[in-house]
Amino acid sequence: MSRRVRLLLLACAGPGFLAVLVIGLRGLPDFGDFHGAYGLLVDRIEPSLRHATDLVTALNFDLRAFDTLGEEFILFASVAGVALLLRHLRDVDEELDRRRTREDHSFAGASDSLRVMSLILIPLLVSLGVYLVLHGALTPGGGFQAGVVCAAGPLSVLLAGRYLALKRAAPEWALEAVDSLGAAAYALIGLGGLIFAGIYLKNFLPYGSSGHLLSAGMMPLNSIAVGIEVTGAFLLTWTEFLDQDLLAQRGRL
Amino acid sequence: MTGLQAAALLVVVVTGTAVALLSDPLRQTLVLAIFGFALTLLFFVFQAPDVALSELVVSGVGLPVIILAALRKVAQQSARRERQEEPEE
Amino acid sequence: MAFAPYAAAAWLFVIGLYGVVCSQNLLRTVLSLTVVQSATYLVLLGVGYRHGGKAPIVADISTHSKLVDPVTQVLVLTDIVIEATVTALLLALVVQAHKRFGSVDPARLRTLRH
Repeated sequence: MSRRVRLLLLACAGPGFLAVLVIGLRGLPDFGDFHGAYGLLVDRIEPSLRHATDLVTALNFDLRAFDTLGEEFILFASVAGVALLLRHLRDVDEELDRRRTREDHSFAGASDSLRVMSLILIPLLVSLGVYLVLHGALTPGGGFQAGVVCAAGPLSVLLAGRYLALKRAAPEWALEAVDSLGAAAYALIGLGGLIFAGIYLKNFLPYGSSGHLLSAGMMPLNSIAVGIEVTGAFLLTWTEFLDQDLLAQRGRL
Repeated sequence: MTGLQAAALLVVVVTGTAVALLSDPLRQTLVLAIFGFALTLLFFVFQAPDVALSELVVSGVGLPVIILAALRKVAQQSARRERQEEPEE
Repeated sequence: MAFAPYAAAAWLFVIGLYGVVCSQNLLRTVLSLTVVQSATYLVLLGVGYRHGGKAPIVADISTHSKLVDPVTQVLVLTDIVIEATVTALLLALVVQAHKRFGSVDPARLRTLRH
């Protein structure tokens, strides 16, 4: 439908929708005036219950772990959808390109300093990502954030232009394997809860002492599983869109 | 509500309006990165550091790369389509 | 002043919706959708905030201090990462539509007519 019809529809339906929105938001308590019982309960009992000091990660991977399972599989499904949509395109395009000249897949303006900087950035980013994953239950962090930071490591090499001698270091089948491994690991750790504690996704490992790295039961394991999955998912999405294998180059090096 | 929170909210509203009203996707992407950074600051002064970290990495690195790659793919396809149509004329 | 975050969220929702409706480029539609999503984050975090509350990390403060609600933060946190990949899926659809129909103008897309 044309733009004018769309705007007309918005003008007709808009005021009614806006009225409902304002009435709904007015019914909320004042900003800062918090009454929720669940949140207060978690604040009070969680640190002694699970020995985790980061309440948000504790909720994410332990108390509300089932929601995270669902969210994780939304991520998995979206990435599968992206791969499905773009791979067929890529095979057709590659065929057309091969009949003509060979397209150069390098980026203009990639200098030596950029390559060196990307080399320095990879270990920094990956170690930051690993730190965030392992300390998820202790300080702000956790699997989701750390996964994206870890995935930014190989991306900095890709953005530096001319590739290094690490040819085919992250081919597609490896990224798919990493993504699926993370997703499956999370679901299987939940099975451990079913076997040892009678409830799926219940925390069945010993809790340790609060503030130490090996504490809070299975939260670090869940965090690592999600971190692996998010890394694989983002790298796979980027390579699908950028139309080439990470760290590899067709033709000359 | 503290002054810092009000200021952060104002910046978020202004950049969000800019993202929605721009018409060129490339410019929108750049303003989207700034919008994400403003949201990060807002989440931080709302006492939510985990959320701020998540928003920072996603809207600083994750989303702009995807959008720019999609823009490039669309431009590539347009160029390819034009090349195919030329010999037929 | 107590209503400010919710008013900001409502404004972002409406302006993002306007950007979605009046866009002539499907890529612009997808990016305006991101603004609509961030309105929901504002509402969720605004609901969970407590005056004088601190961040819900008890590593270095007493466990009995006043904390901000962590449950709404959990909802927003996973939501941010997931919406990035859902936006990627939408962009893949746009790329596929462009390949099929030759244009990113939503008014020029035809349904499966031929």
